[in-house]
Amino acid sequence: MSVLAVDLEIQRDAFTLRVAHDFALDGISAVFGASGAGKSTLLRALAGLERDLRGRVAFDTEVWQDSARGVHRAAHRRGVGYVFQDARLLPFLDVAGNLRYAARRAPAARPGPQFEQVVTAFDLAPLLGRDVTRLSGGERQRVAIARALLTRPRLLLMDEPLSANDIRRKAELLPYVRGLPARFGVPVLYVSHALDEVAYLADHVLVLEAGRSVAAGPASDVLERLDLGSAADWYEAGTVLSGRVVEQDERFQLTRVAVGAHRVAVPRVAAARGDNLRLRVRARDVALAVESPRGISIRNVLAGTVIDIVEDPASAYAEALVDIGEGHLRSRLTRAAVAELGLAPGATVYALVRSVTVDAPFAEPAAAPS
Amino acid sequence: MAAWPDLGALWITLRLAGVTTALLLVVGTPIAWWLAFSRARWRPLAEAVVALPLVLPPTVLGFYLLLLFNPDAPLGHLWLDLTGDTLTFSFAGLVAASMLYSLPFMVQPLQAAFATMGRAPLDAGATLGAGPLDAFFTIAVPMAARGYLTAAVLSFAHTVGEFGVVLMIGGNIPGRTRVMSIAIYEHVETIDYAAAHLSSAMLLAFSFAVLVLVYAVNRRQALRVV
Repeated sequence: MSVLAVDLEIQRDAFTLRVAHDFALDGISAVFGASGAGKSTLLRALAGLERDLRGRVAFDTEVWQDSARGVHRAAHRRGVGYVFQDARLLPFLDVAGNLRYAARRAPAARPGPQFEQVVTAFDLAPLLGRDVTRLSGGERQRVAIARALLTRPRLLLMDEPLSANDIRRKAELLPYVRGLPARFGVPVLYVSHALDEVAYLADHVLVLEAGRSVAAGPASDVLERLDLGSAADWYEAGTVLSGRVVEQDERFQLTRVAVGAHRVAVPRVAAARGDNLRLRVRARDVALAVESPRGISIRNVLAGTVIDIVEDPASAYAEALVDIGEGHLRSRLTRAAVAELGLAPGATVYALVRSVTVDAPFAEPAAAPS
Repeated sequence: MAAWPDLGALWITLRLAGVTTALLLVVGTPIAWWLAFSRARWRPLAEAVVALPLVLPPTVLGFYLLLLFNPDAPLGHLWLDLTGDTLTFSFAGLVAASMLYSLPFMVQPLQAAFATMGRAPLDAGATLGAGPLDAFFTIAVPMAARGYLTAAVLSFAHTVGEFGVVLMIGGNIPGRTRVMSIAIYEHVETIDYAAAHLSSAMLLAFSFAVLVLVYAVNRRQALRVV
């Protein structure tokens, strides 16, 4: 496994990006943060596309940037692939021409996928003769990812590849991205402001906020932290649970999933018994009760213990982190409720889960049965 | 009826315009590139210098060049030492003067094309393994192809039409510096209207054809000269 050691400072007008982090290049690492947090600038700097920066970037023992010694390895000599937000296909070449442009310049000595292999993997055969201006948003990004792979990259950098307006169905593309490390043996550094993408894709996460890294670590740990503040999309914030399908309920069209000792019912998904699923539960969809509730419509009630509560003094809200034995849940509730229920770390609570999103394959959020 | 003595003038005219355009493509490209991408504070100054021949009376430009090309001046003297020929009243001098005179017609369309393209495609090229020179020829040139066509055609046509500068530093030496526009002037002076008609009609047809070509190519892209 390679390591990308980064210690950078970039000054742009009133904005300063300051990141010191060793990226373990294994699977998919996400750089997550709100717009303007400096994610794209960081990625461009790693690719060698930004000038005027201070600090050091090293890929294993290979130094790409060391401002103290005046080292700057040019972008075309770094051996990284880059997928831009706007694809940036070369407009005067057709799809095949764009792919060949990359393949022709790839160092023959470096291992990497063959032309036909990539064309097959991204279902590009029907598009090869197509003018790139006549591709849909999703097709454009598939070509862009395929083209980047044909450079035989040692690291693939992806800058919000799914955020273009005309990509209506992210779901088509996410499985392609998720399969990249396993299928092509290339680690991915993925920049996004969308929590759902990061939760679905990432093995490791670095969170940027206003040019600083505020959290880093395994995705499951980072995404359930309460103190990410404005970096996390307030609406989408939540936690990820792993579960196993135990039953398909034909009568009520439900799939029952075991999460540790708990049973969670979700609207039926196409999966076989024993399949592993990723369940995403948003903080806003979790309510807390201090007694086992009876006579309510919510089916998914999970007992647990409060391990942390963070109140936002500027608003009416607080968030609680609840240990349910096999993973954690976040719950967004009012500060008034925290006070009235006497919630504190250590308290036993019942988490009422209104809605669960199943990532298999990346599905639209569906309301749990009420 | 006029014989065809103007064929010599026509040949010099086309040769002058061709050589000038070819050299301007080489010289104008880096200038246009720098103007399109530089953030230097004195860039407006450089832009003004490049645009100067657009507003300067050709006789003024010709007058200063005459002083500069004179064998007694350092530049003119150096050229005489190097080539054994003078810059004034010679074809080489005409090429040098025409390059200055037509410079904005080469640089401005190219600058506009490079600026429209922007850095984004070049960044993409770099991440695809293309070094700067590779990216220039395989990305920038194809993307600025219309700009190149416009620039080349305008520079060529503008050089064909020049009069004042040629008269100042080239004179009217048949087979050496006598170009079409000068020949027409002389025909009129000597009241040989038939020859003037023929030459003028040729230039008119040529100029019109050139502009039709440029506008046809630029149908979807506004022609930018100044």
